Amino acid sequence: MSKTALQFRHNGRDVAIFVDGGTNLLVALRELIGDMTPKFGCGQGGCGACSVLIDGELHLACLTLAETAAGRSVETLDGLKEGPNLHPLQRAFADNFAAQCGYCTPGMLMAAKALLDRNPQPSRAEVVEAISGNICRCTGYEPIINAVLAAAGNRARA
Amino acid sequence: MPVTVRTFGSAGEAASALSSDRTARYFGGGTLVMRALNEGDVSISSIVRANDVALRRIEAAGPRVTIGAGVTFAKILAERDLAFLHAPARSIGGPAVRNMGTVGGNLFAPNPYGDFTVALLALDATVSVQGGFGARDLPIDEFLQSRERQAGNLVLSVSCPRPASSDAFRYRKITRIRPKGASVITLAAHVPMSGGRVLGARLALGSMAPMPIRARAAERALEGRPLDTSTITAAASAITEGTSPVDDALGSAWYRREIIGVHLRRLLSDQE
Repeated sequence: MSKTALQFRHNGRDVAIFVDGGTNLLVALRELIGDMTPKFGCGQGGCGACSVLIDGELHLACLTLAETAAGRSVETLDGLKEGPNLHPLQRAFADNFAAQCGYCTPGMLMAAKALLDRNPQPSRAEVVEAISGNICRCTGYEPIINAVLAAAGNRARA
Repeated sequence: MPVTVRTFGSAGEAASALSSDRTARYFGGGTLVMRALNEGDVSISSIVRANDVALRRIEAAGPRVTIGAGVTFAKILAERDLAFLHAPARSIGGPAVRNMGTVGGNLFAPNPYGDFTVALLALDATVSVQGGFGARDLPIDEFLQSRERQAGNLVLSVSCPRPASSDAFRYRKITRIRPKGASVITLAAHVPMSGGRVLGARLALGSMAPMPIRARAAERALEGRPLDTSTITAAASAITEGTSPVDDALGSAWYRREIIGVHLRRLLSDQE
């Protein structure tokens, strides 16, 4: 079966790959581009570990047909930091002990980024809603919610 | 295993491709078909897509709203004129799933999914499908009955009347976890009032049968009566008639039958 040529922007950089028909974006990112930050959790849309932004919108890479990313901008956790400087969300996750095993963290951070990009001063309920598609089995969510609120700089309102 | 992907510029071309290859599956938002591919479903060897803006169109200004099959739940939530559909749209998935899942795909979602379809069923929606012989409109209950045989057709849009008032249409999804969880049971009620009495009652249930169903016995208990305690009690006692829930990881059939009357009563009497 022939492969399809695919070009898109990956964390601000143009990439070009060849994909088999039916390849999902998560496989394309991890195995063809080498970006290991989006994780494979369930492959069913239930866990959120593969969350990425496509043109700024939160999507699950494992359920996205890779070729639908053609010409679009895909952001993953790998693009969050700027050089040696952590993104404010990453800093807040570290400061608030929001990561334990770390497997959900890339998805959580992208879900949180999707929220803050659109709503820089979210309420606690809005944070809970924003990460509701992301499962964490370590933290019980409270430290993650606190970290997102801290990154938004509204700890006092929480 | 690689599959053949065919992408068309128009819904019509995609419909032709589907009708000429009954093994092909239409790929909408990906939350059903990509999931099946990820699980290694070898019955899918070919998928068809359409990049047609007509499939993403919303016409919500008039008394009857039409929603393209490719409209996502996030787009419904962004449309102020579709406020009556916000509760069912918000009850689906998390933000990422709502950015991907579509109204058309939801018509095919197996239990415990398909909550939006429950809402559409209570609203007497019409499903517009295109097959090899052109487009036609089907009442949603007829569409659901023939859902398994719709493989060669492409759903273009759904349409439904706008409820006469905001409290004429009510929706409730019972989950084990909040804010996001799959349905234990889902209820949608359209109870338009005329002269203090219910006229044209529609009750639809999710996860109470292999696909969303109307609760016709309970509808009859509401029809022509004021929405008072005795009417609601009569409807609640008839609500399980014709249902066939299953035992699954979210709840047992017994539990679903036990709680559905309770939640119908709360839904119709505006209790939390």
